[in-house]
Amino acid sequence: MPTEILMPALSPTMEEGKLAKWLVREGDPVRAGDVIAEIETDKATMEIEAAEDGRLDKILVPEGTEHVKVNRPIALLVAAGEDVSVASSFAMRPTAPPQDEGRRHHREEVAPAPVRRSEAPTSAAPSGESMLDLGEAPPLVEEAPAGPQVAPAEPSPDEEVPPGTTMVTLTVREALRDAMAEEMRADPAVFVIGEEVGEYQGAYKVTQGLLDEFGPSRVVDTPITEYGFAGVGIGAAFAGLKPIVEFMTWNFAMQAIDHIVNSAAKTLYMSGGKMRCPIVFRGPNGAAARVAAQHSQDYSSWYAHVPGLKVIAPYTAADAKGLLKAAIRDPGPVVFLENEILYGQSFEVPNLPDFVLPIGKARVARSGRHVTIVSYSRGMAYVLDAAKRLAVEGIEAEVIDLRTLRPLDLDTVLASVRKTNRLVTVEEGWPICSIGSEICARVAAQAFDYLDAPPLKIAGADVPMPYAANLEKLALPSVDEVIAAAKSVCYR
Amino acid sequence: MTTPSLTPGTANLWLGYGIAGESNVAGRQSLIPEQELSAYRLMLLIRRFEEKAGQLYGMGYIGGFCHLYIGQEAVVAGMQMTIAEGDQVITAYRDHGHMLAAGMEPKRVMAELTGRHHGYAKGKGGSMHMFSVDRNFYGGHGIVGAPAPLGTGLAFANKYRGNDRVCLTFFGEGAANQGQVYESFNMASLWKLPVIYVIENNHYAMGTAVERGSARAEELYHRGSVFGIPGEQVDGMDVAAVKAAGERAVAASRREEGPRILEMLTYRYRGHSMSDPAKYRTREEVQEIREHRDPIELLRSRILAQGGAGEADLKEIDREVRARVNEAAEFAQSDPEPDPSELYTDVTAN
Repeated sequence: MPTEILMPALSPTMEEGKLAKWLVREGDPVRAGDVIAEIETDKATMEIEAAEDGRLDKILVPEGTEHVKVNRPIALLVAAGEDVSVASSFAMRPTAPPQDEGRRHHREEVAPAPVRRSEAPTSAAPSGESMLDLGEAPPLVEEAPAGPQVAPAEPSPDEEVPPGTTMVTLTVREALRDAMAEEMRADPAVFVIGEEVGEYQGAYKVTQGLLDEFGPSRVVDTPITEYGFAGVGIGAAFAGLKPIVEFMTWNFAMQAIDHIVNSAAKTLYMSGGKMRCPIVFRGPNGAAARVAAQHSQDYSSWYAHVPGLKVIAPYTAADAKGLLKAAIRDPGPVVFLENEILYGQSFEVPNLPDFVLPIGKARVARSGRHVTIVSYSRGMAYVLDAAKRLAVEGIEAEVIDLRTLRPLDLDTVLASVRKTNRLVTVEEGWPICSIGSEICARVAAQAFDYLDAPPLKIAGADVPMPYAANLEKLALPSVDEVIAAAKSVCYR
Repeated sequence: MTTPSLTPGTANLWLGYGIAGESNVAGRQSLIPEQELSAYRLMLLIRRFEEKAGQLYGMGYIGGFCHLYIGQEAVVAGMQMTIAEGDQVITAYRDHGHMLAAGMEPKRVMAELTGRHHGYAKGKGGSMHMFSVDRNFYGGHGIVGAPAPLGTGLAFANKYRGNDRVCLTFFGEGAANQGQVYESFNMASLWKLPVIYVIENNHYAMGTAVERGSARAEELYHRGSVFGIPGEQVDGMDVAAVKAAGERAVAASRREEGPRILEMLTYRYRGHSMSDPAKYRTREEVQEIREHRDPIELLRSRILAQGGAGEADLKEIDREVRARVNEAAEFAQSDPEPDPSELYTDVTAN
């Protein structure tokens, strides 16, 4: 019996990839360690090595195929001299960039994760699943992000987009890149600075292509020196330039938080309005998937606490683009919190030459009359999913995407709560002194008489992020929790 | 100049370096009489200003932290003479002298110290936080070491714009132990940025004598050598030596040769801040420096010896300076406090 070779997950958040090239043909003998294929993800091109000797029996996914889901069988291998299948496994190694190996392992965004799947020759295939099923195989190793798969945001009655505007489908990653590129074309004072933003094309490929278009003087690769380059960016902003400082992740920006708060946020005030600091700090924030405690923290409430900063945490690609453009144009310091899992998600984005959104305005992502659910960033994925399921049960949730965390658009939340009389907040971050804490407190203070139930806050567990797949899932909010909370405040 | 003999103490360290009267002899002749007088006037202004600030602090007009620059005047006076319009200056919190040197108005600096409406920051910044875009003075920063990357960023902007401006980045010898300083050195050297790091080594990081807190304390100017940044140790009590070394560094940096480090050996006569009784050094040590190495006295005797001006001329300068400082003090005491409505202004830029 042949063994299936599965599409490997080449990073913690990879869900699909392109089978770029087969380096062996059907019938070829392969030996353990042979590179048999190249896989392209939106982040990198990787090679797959065979883990054992054998003969490539059949190629199931031809080269050039895009969107091949992780764990889908891509070929069949017959073990050497055997007709019985043995467990096969495949080790991957990154082809680009090899310098990452061993150097800063804790930063490596591409974490090889061997996928193992074997078929027992004597046992029957599970009912309904052919052994040669080319469809989506259920993941045997939990590689998908804990939480719901993200669906494109529902089209909303959006006065921010002129009627008749055509839409294009973009990933959040592309939207962010386009926002930067457009602003860099429009204003020579705008530049990007950070680790791996240039030649590497971005650790998460958000700056892909910018170096080619704008050159190394405006797409500046730094050493690994967060405290230093945050300060350098702020100094350049004092001088009137408009830096976009990319942190590989916000976890590493803890080394730079002194400059973000003390040098960027406070300077306008303590100079009596004389010294401006037009700067954007951006990068992925919060939990990715299976990267453990030091790489999974949500800094939303940390930065939302600081007067002098504006803090943005978008969910959709359209918001990511429109708000990043606004952030770059803002005359003050802006903290722009992205989410790694959302980078690859696609949304409709207005096809406009200059699509800019106002900072400080929430968006009603779904109208409803029974309960207000407030969230932001990836929390929106849980909420929109929950809202759909609640609707089936007759509860119409009004979903508010905060988009900006400072200044907080409480008016939109209050208006909704006055209509629904019920409030649930949803976020991935820690629960103590969280964004949800703030909203619940202010709604209780300002709309107490409108509430028919105590507000409920859904947040991440009050623990450092665990690594184990099951524990990580437990540490993050779930769709079920949101549904339960919404029913609870509706007394159902 | 003869090196005075000192009682055993930490300040012997810098007097023992043997730089004074050696490498900077040429520097002494770098000042023409008009420059000597203008340096004298500025140094005297800084000293009288700081003495007045100390008095106002004692009277309760100035609160919080107030770090006086008395004793270090030659450093900023000499460096200011090396730069041109458009060059930037940034420093930490012992900053009043740098503001006056940059040409900021004494009465508005003093009004900031007293927390008044016409202070440079409308009373919201205080002693450690004043800025003047007009005078290219970029603060005024209260976190030890912070000026290093910020100044490096100002220099980055110069290079980005392709102009020939340089940035003077001042910090103390205590700050020279902060990690961000070395992150800055690395980037400045890597990118050949036009920045001059001026380490004002006044020998005490608050209460910690330099050799108690710094490995190889006798050669802080070497702190950039692993990054390939040339450094020079300078007699920071001699304004001519400061100017000579400063000119070499500024010229090199302006020629796109990258960053430079100047270690200025200097001394503060007062405590770290007003609340510091300075028990970590002897009264005799301070007295020795004041008597034998005072930067203003040194310049004054040189001017008189070389005939650049007479006693009467210097007295006249002294009188002018006192009048300016008194005017500043009166202004700072009579200016109103900021309007309560200012509490919520200037938080975010619009």
